[in-house]
Amino acid sequence: MALSSPASIGGGTSRAMTAGLTGKSFDVKSKMVEAALVLTLAASMLILLVLIVDLLATSWPLWTDRPGDFLTGSLNSANAQSAGVWQGIKGTLMLCLVVMVVAFPLGVACAVYLEEYSSGSRFAKWTRINVRNLAGVPSIVYGLLGLAIFVNAIGGFTGGRTVFAGGLTLAALVLPIVVITTSEALRAVPRPIREGAFGVGATQWEVVKDHVLPAAAPGILTGTVLSLARAAGEAAPILLVGAATGLLRTGNQSFVEQLTGPFTAMPVVIFSYARQPDDAFREATAAASVVLLALVLLMNALAIWLRNRYDRKW
Amino acid sequence: MHPMIRTSRRRRRSDGAARRVFQLAALFTFVITVLIIGTLAVDAWGFLSKLADTPDGLGSLTAIGWFPRRGLYDIGTLVVGTLIVTGIAMLVAVPLGLGAAIFLSEYARPRLRRYVKPLLEILAGIPSVVLGYFAIAVINPDIVVNLFSNASKAFTLMAAGIGVGILTIPIIASVAEDALRAVPHALREASSGLGAKRSQTTFRVIIPGAISGIVAALILGMSRAIGETMVVAIAAGAVGGGLFQLTPLQPGQTMTGAMAALGFGSDQVAGDNLAFESLYFVGLLLFVMTFLLNYLSDRLVTRFREVY
Amino acid sequence: MTESGKPMNIVNENVVGSDSGLQTIASSERTEVDTDTPPFVFETIDLNVYYGDFRAVRDVNLTVAKNEITALIGPSGCGKSTVLRCFDRMNDLIETARVDGRVLYHGLDLYGPDVDAVEVRRRVGMVFQKPNPFPKSIFDNIAYGPRISGMAKKKADLAVIVERSLRKAALWDEVKDRLSSSALGMSGGQQQRLCIARAIAVDPDVLLMDEPCSSLDPIATTRIEELMKEIKDEYTIVIVTHNMQQAARVSDRTAFFSVEVNEQSDARTGILVEADATEKIFSTPADDRTERYVTGRFG
Repeated sequence: MALSSPASIGGGTSRAMTAGLTGKSFDVKSKMVEAALVLTLAASMLILLVLIVDLLATSWPLWTDRPGDFLTGSLNSANAQSAGVWQGIKGTLMLCLVVMVVAFPLGVACAVYLEEYSSGSRFAKWTRINVRNLAGVPSIVYGLLGLAIFVNAIGGFTGGRTVFAGGLTLAALVLPIVVITTSEALRAVPRPIREGAFGVGATQWEVVKDHVLPAAAPGILTGTVLSLARAAGEAAPILLVGAATGLLRTGNQSFVEQLTGPFTAMPVVIFSYARQPDDAFREATAAASVVLLALVLLMNALAIWLRNRYDRKW
Repeated sequence: MHPMIRTSRRRRRSDGAARRVFQLAALFTFVITVLIIGTLAVDAWGFLSKLADTPDGLGSLTAIGWFPRRGLYDIGTLVVGTLIVTGIAMLVAVPLGLGAAIFLSEYARPRLRRYVKPLLEILAGIPSVVLGYFAIAVINPDIVVNLFSNASKAFTLMAAGIGVGILTIPIIASVAEDALRAVPHALREASSGLGAKRSQTTFRVIIPGAISGIVAALILGMSRAIGETMVVAIAAGAVGGGLFQLTPLQPGQTMTGAMAALGFGSDQVAGDNLAFESLYFVGLLLFVMTFLLNYLSDRLVTRFREVY
Repeated sequence: MTESGKPMNIVNENVVGSDSGLQTIASSERTEVDTDTPPFVFETIDLNVYYGDFRAVRDVNLTVAKNEITALIGPSGCGKSTVLRCFDRMNDLIETARVDGRVLYHGLDLYGPDVDAVEVRRRVGMVFQKPNPFPKSIFDNIAYGPRISGMAKKKADLAVIVERSLRKAALWDEVKDRLSSSALGMSGGQQQRLCIARAIAVDPDVLLMDEPCSSLDPIATTRIEELMKEIKDEYTIVIVTHNMQQAARVSDRTAFFSVEVNEQSDARTGILVEADATEKIFSTPADDRTERYVTGRFG
């Protein structure tokens, strides 16, 4: 009997010592726990799937009917048949440009100061707390800031309810994200790189400019693209700043006029179309959502690609 | 003068200039904070002092409902509406977000994690206006109305709450997963070494060990749910104002919903109107609530880091 | 299963009692006959462990006898911890780890198809390199094992187990007044003795110790060593140590592992050089490599 058991070689098996070690009973409770956990994750994935399928299915007639017309058409909350998103796309791209120009240098500079110049100081500690709190302020509150400051207080400079004012508002909104992601990228740069540069007599600024920033560039870029994606999806702040939701007749102005005239953006277009009781707008809303989602996901994909492409193991 | 010294001086100058530029940028983050608090406080104070001069005085802050154009500013209507939406959102997001976090951190093989994490990031990246559309196009007609026959057909607080909850899932999942993974591997080994099953290790050692981080995740999620605007603005209804009411199956008014109704685009109430200024009063209240929650969450995370 | 049990017992007692109680299988008298008292607690047969494509240890044949302290020594990277972690299937927790060959526990193959790793770990306790108390109270740390295995549920029963375990670990007098305070507030040495107490609270058969003193000061180390000698009558102990003097001080048997470097691929694989009575290993080892190592002329 013992010889027939594959487990007993050597001196044989002691029944007394090994009883109960074999013959795993099917553990119902553990399996149920695991199944429940899998289900929660599956539910989240299912929601994502349903959302995307619904958007595509609802907007399908529009995409087969007048895709070019929709993409190049104007904001129009009165007539679903001629409603388009061109101004929204352009507005969103211009907002992103302003955000990029304002928030990127400010955020990177702030993070460099925190990590490279005064990482242990009391000032840095308070700045970090402040930045974390700013990151948690609801986006609509940034809208109030934009309305009071960028539209009214310095309206002479921004032109009031303009892309410029909206872009500044979104720049304030994503600034803490840029600071936090840049700080992480800077912290990931190993100390020996800095010490090596200091060791050959470089100043702090030269160490930062020639060694730390290039080494951290992929991480900083990834964080910046992600924050742009966030800015592109925000509606509440720019609605408060005064993005147009009704009818907008622009299209042929110069760049400066664009920057300082009435504007709209993709999320605003979706908001505007979503509120129309007319069923015909259902298609336009879904189609505009597909456009915005594609834009945001493209940015996210770019960020993930950047992260993987340049991910360095120190 | 020796040429070496000249270059060195030039280098030192640019070094000093760079330092000042970076410091200014850091200071600028405080400017934003001061501007936010200053704007909210000054305009909220302006609203309250003007309201005190009206015939009804500050009594209008407790009325039958929130009807800013008629001078009725019952703040309780908004707060209760916000609490209903937030509560429903948490009912959706806590089990789904925590379950996903626990599964990804303790059960999933690395391969599966690699594929699922980006999907959660996509869910996190969905603009809230799109979720707002989803709430009125799918959640309300297909879920809420199907489950509760007496629910309002077009807009409900319930649909808005579920939509906000979906947006909150990835936040809770991501912060809670970080907390779970921060529990040292040695504790997993210690527990397994004593003959604990995976579920026993997870629920008796890892989750209790990460509890302050998990609570921080829940509070952060709640703070985000309270501040979420677009889903509520689209799906909760009650555009102009609303009566005080407690049922989630009817349209309702929340703090962010009321702000959206007062301040958005072409619907904006004229600038010198008292109703418009109430926007800042509600904004201040929202800021204070989310600030306190974020602060609490931050403290918990800090304490959690100190343990490990 | 024991028609021929009686006579074989005598043979086995001879094996256990002899100097060859711990040795490589190749030189041992292997009995193919069944018995109620097999000679070894552990016996590995051609044990190979891989992490992915990398072979961490090669063809280890080692035996561990009952109620003895067996020390595994050798330079870093020689696979001694890897072998130790096969004895309670801790390698299962590492995604890429794969085990080849056999690990017999009282004659039962631990990597057999039907073996419950969770139950194995309950009987084979482990103490780790760094003390790893749970962030719970001292009491709850000790009570954890009995609670999850269902040994005791009532507070009173648990209290008995906790006191007994802490006494065995020579920790009772130091902590009896603060059982409900956090284990994280104890000193490193106390934490490690707590981990030993926690391991013996589930009444295991074997205690595996993976460099249990490497993060402790000399005084705390002495206490742990004394403790090991005190409890070895009740448990079989296998200890991995970097410290040769420690192996010489506490162990009955010593197994010396070394590293084999492949010239072409630069891959480093652990091998078992020899295993024998500790006295013999440290005075007249059979293998040159062992002698060079124990006399400090190695790596």
